[in-house]
Amino acid sequence: MTTTALTARNDAARPVGSDTVLDVDGLCVEYAGAGEPVRACTDVTFALRRGEILGIVGESGSGKSTLITALTRLQRPPAVTTAGRVLFHPQDGEEPVDLVRLTPRKLRALRWTSLSIVLQSAMDALNPVMRLGAQFVDALREHDRSMSHTAAWEEARRLLGLVGISADRARSYPHELSGGMRQRATIALALACRPELVVMDEPTTAVDVVMQRQILAQVLRLRREFGFAVVFVTHDLSLLLELADRIAVMYAGRIVELASATDVYRTPMHPYTRGLRDSFPPLHAPVTRLEGIPGSPPDLRALPSGCPFADRCPAVMERCRTELPLLEPHGGRSVACHLHDEGIRP
Amino acid sequence: MTDTTIRPVLEAIDVSKHFSVANGIGDAAVVRAVEGVSLRLLPGRIVAVVGESGSGKTTLARLLARFYEPTTGEIRLAGAPVGRTRRARSEKTYRKAVQLIFQDPFGSLNPLHRVRHNLERAIALHHGRMSRQARDERVASLLERVSLVPASDYLDKFPHELSGGQRQRVVIARALAVEPRVLLGDEPISMLDVSIRLEMLNLLDSLRREEGLAILYITHDIASARYLCDDIVVMYAGQMVEAGPKDEVISNPQHPYTKLLVESSPDPHRDVAVDREAIFGDADELGEPPSLIDPPTGCRFHPRCPFAMERCRTTEPPRAVLAEGRWADCWLHEVGRAEELHEAPMTELITRRLSEETR
Amino acid sequence: MKYSLFGNGKVTFGVVVLGFFVLLALVGPWITGSVLGLDARTNDISAISAPPSAEHPLGTTQFGQDVLAQVIEGARGSMFVGFLGAIIGTAISVLIGVPAGYFGGTTGNLLNFLTNLFLVMPVLPLIFVIAGYLQGTGLVMIAFIIGVFGWAGGARTLRAQAMSVSNRDFVQAMRMLGESNTRLIFSEVLPHLYGWIASMFLGGLIGAVMAEAGLAFLGVSDSSAISWGTMIQAAQQQSAVLRGLWWWFVPPGLCIALVGTAAALINFGVDELANPKLRSVSRRVVKRTAAHRIAVASEGA
Repeated sequence: MTTTALTARNDAARPVGSDTVLDVDGLCVEYAGAGEPVRACTDVTFALRRGEILGIVGESGSGKSTLITALTRLQRPPAVTTAGRVLFHPQDGEEPVDLVRLTPRKLRALRWTSLSIVLQSAMDALNPVMRLGAQFVDALREHDRSMSHTAAWEEARRLLGLVGISADRARSYPHELSGGMRQRATIALALACRPELVVMDEPTTAVDVVMQRQILAQVLRLRREFGFAVVFVTHDLSLLLELADRIAVMYAGRIVELASATDVYRTPMHPYTRGLRDSFPPLHAPVTRLEGIPGSPPDLRALPSGCPFADRCPAVMERCRTELPLLEPHGGRSVACHLHDEGIRP
Repeated sequence: MTDTTIRPVLEAIDVSKHFSVANGIGDAAVVRAVEGVSLRLLPGRIVAVVGESGSGKTTLARLLARFYEPTTGEIRLAGAPVGRTRRARSEKTYRKAVQLIFQDPFGSLNPLHRVRHNLERAIALHHGRMSRQARDERVASLLERVSLVPASDYLDKFPHELSGGQRQRVVIARALAVEPRVLLGDEPISMLDVSIRLEMLNLLDSLRREEGLAILYITHDIASARYLCDDIVVMYAGQMVEAGPKDEVISNPQHPYTKLLVESSPDPHRDVAVDREAIFGDADELGEPPSLIDPPTGCRFHPRCPFAMERCRTTEPPRAVLAEGRWADCWLHEVGRAEELHEAPMTELITRRLSEETR
Repeated sequence: MKYSLFGNGKVTFGVVVLGFFVLLALVGPWITGSVLGLDARTNDISAISAPPSAEHPLGTTQFGQDVLAQVIEGARGSMFVGFLGAIIGTAISVLIGVPAGYFGGTTGNLLNFLTNLFLVMPVLPLIFVIAGYLQGTGLVMIAFIIGVFGWAGGARTLRAQAMSVSNRDFVQAMRMLGESNTRLIFSEVLPHLYGWIASMFLGGLIGAVMAEAGLAFLGVSDSSAISWGTMIQAAQQQSAVLRGLWWWFVPPGLCIALVGTAAALINFGVDELANPKLRSVSRRVVKRTAAHRIAVASEGA
């Protein structure tokens, strides 16, 4: 079991294949503020395989939330997607669609059935004045009009059961549930129409560690059952190391490293990834003095011409100040750092 | 807790805090936020209080900061009981000795005041009038103490011009301005970016080492508690359930709840190659903390506990003292079943128990 | 992001109009007297109820008084009552509302009770009783009555706001340092309420100008003083409306409406400043976003 899991992880690091469900290419998002537009996401490129869990990790201002709202088209002014595409490949072999250019009508048809979203606050996703089950029934029947009312209620109870919420809770209102239960209900609701892709934006930040463990165990089990892919956004790298297949590390609006969880943990290539990894004190291993990453992230309105991490980087070189490193493939993984240039350009 | 000759600087003795809340109909319900808590803070030592939301850890911090009076029990500062009557004089002595760092560095600085104002007020309140030059020097040295250098860069900034980490440093500098002996940190790093949390912990550590401050570190993050503190106290549903030296508590938990908490915490240094499903287990229903309005009788953890016995439901567990400063409130020790704790992971034990019950 | 009060056309218009009337109240009577040679009180027997003419740009009243001079003189009276009433009302609501929110407990409940008492009091009958009792009511007394009976709503708002600010961590933090209640109120809490107070003052200004006119219309006024209210009252008594003497009552009415509109427009801006939630996404941002999208698209093409 251990060996198969390991191979699966190494496979996960390989580039775009035929079983890709989401193909993000050169995505740029800007905020049209009062002055010069501020670029919050720059040239984001990655591919997500079917059934894969891709973790996106970053600190405040890294652009991870901007990326998620752009991917799911939940963005509001003044955010604008200025370049790039987000190709969604439906399972049944239909033509891929570009989520960036999709009409609102077609987008609506795609939501829930192909692509669903779980947000940090369950209260945002649940209607406070509707019984829990009724919200499932609405979602189910919206997308499958042939489904009878009773069948939908039956399905709602089954879905709630999948996340460990007893069937009699279906008649409760959201405020009658605990925070953890609400978040689990939101996940069940997101899965109601069997989407191929679920985007989760900090889904466990508002719950306690024990509940977090329980929710993630259920997500993993549901994925085994339904086979959906997950984009999991969080600031907690320690969680992703345990949960994700691959991890994309974001800094100042760019992906600076994209590798399998094992590689990110064992051999981080970007100094920022390494610093972030070492920012989590161990739970069992011997405690040594850790330093975190000195300094603070750069102002997106005034990015340096070179590498945005240069000011905080322990391995900074001359060229880092002048030349921006781009995300380059590097043996099944990618990194944007001049330290690894020699290997690529002979 | 090895050296008994050191006198505790701040002590809570069997402290409880009940709040009454009005429900919609006008009846008042009692929330038992903290019950029967005893705690000693020694100079130069850091105690971590670990618990989930609703465990009473924040209420405990605010009791110790004297935001409100304990319903029962006593708080002692340097051995002297702190009076219930709020005399201005004793109030000031207390404020000068005990300072609290809030969780939210964005909320605990007035957005309309510059950094300078915050520090100068603190100095003026506790050190009286001093010459402008002496005060400026003092402000600068405080900022340097929290690594905001050069101080002149930060003096005239408004909070919104600072990053989260810098704000929290200003908050700490403001607390240090009164030269306290005790620092209470209510989740002081949980709202900061991951990469700067360690710097903040290292700062607290240096305050303890170099200035001999007694520090109470309240957190939900066991790993950071282990990094910073000497001793850990675990709270559940308003009560303390286990305490001891940090590594003892984490590697050899003696209360089922502590074990569940430790096993649920992410550990980046767990070997990631092991099967992920095994890490997460088949955690279907691990339960949730109870309401503090009507907490369970007996042991408050019994509804979730896979070891629950009849007496757990009826009688509060006695304190099993395992070593000096190491104890757990659990019946398993009384009946000699403590080894069962380490038979299997909690998720497995809980799932096993649940399936037995349904059968 | 910095928010500018004047980046908003509505506010600029309001400030200009209100500024005009304030200026008119200050220097207007001097202009009419010295420059135009008109007097609000002189009765011109040769022009009784005369429509606008070169000699009397806004016509004259039943008593041959020049309407333009009266409107300008009345600006002084009305603005005086408006500002004084608003100052008194706002001051009382700050003095009662802020401590009520800050202290809570018995003090807070007591002050809150007082506020509610004034809120439910039948104000109009009371004013008549008081006006009757005081006999000759000068403009100062009118302003005083308006202020004393009009603060309760503002105090309630301030109480709620002060309560929410007082519970924020930074107030707790300063209290923990040992800061006194007085300093906490004035240095930590009150500055956060300036926006609300300003908005309340502007609201009070409209209210007081209107109330003065309303009271004058109902007969509670100083008959010797000239204000827009007394002008309308005089016009009404002489059945100016029925007799078609529109130049007599339209100008003061229009002035009251203009001052009210101006204060309300400024208030919108102040409200947005005091309460950022109202700012949300302005139409300008949406427009700019769309423009940016188009610009980028055409660059790409």
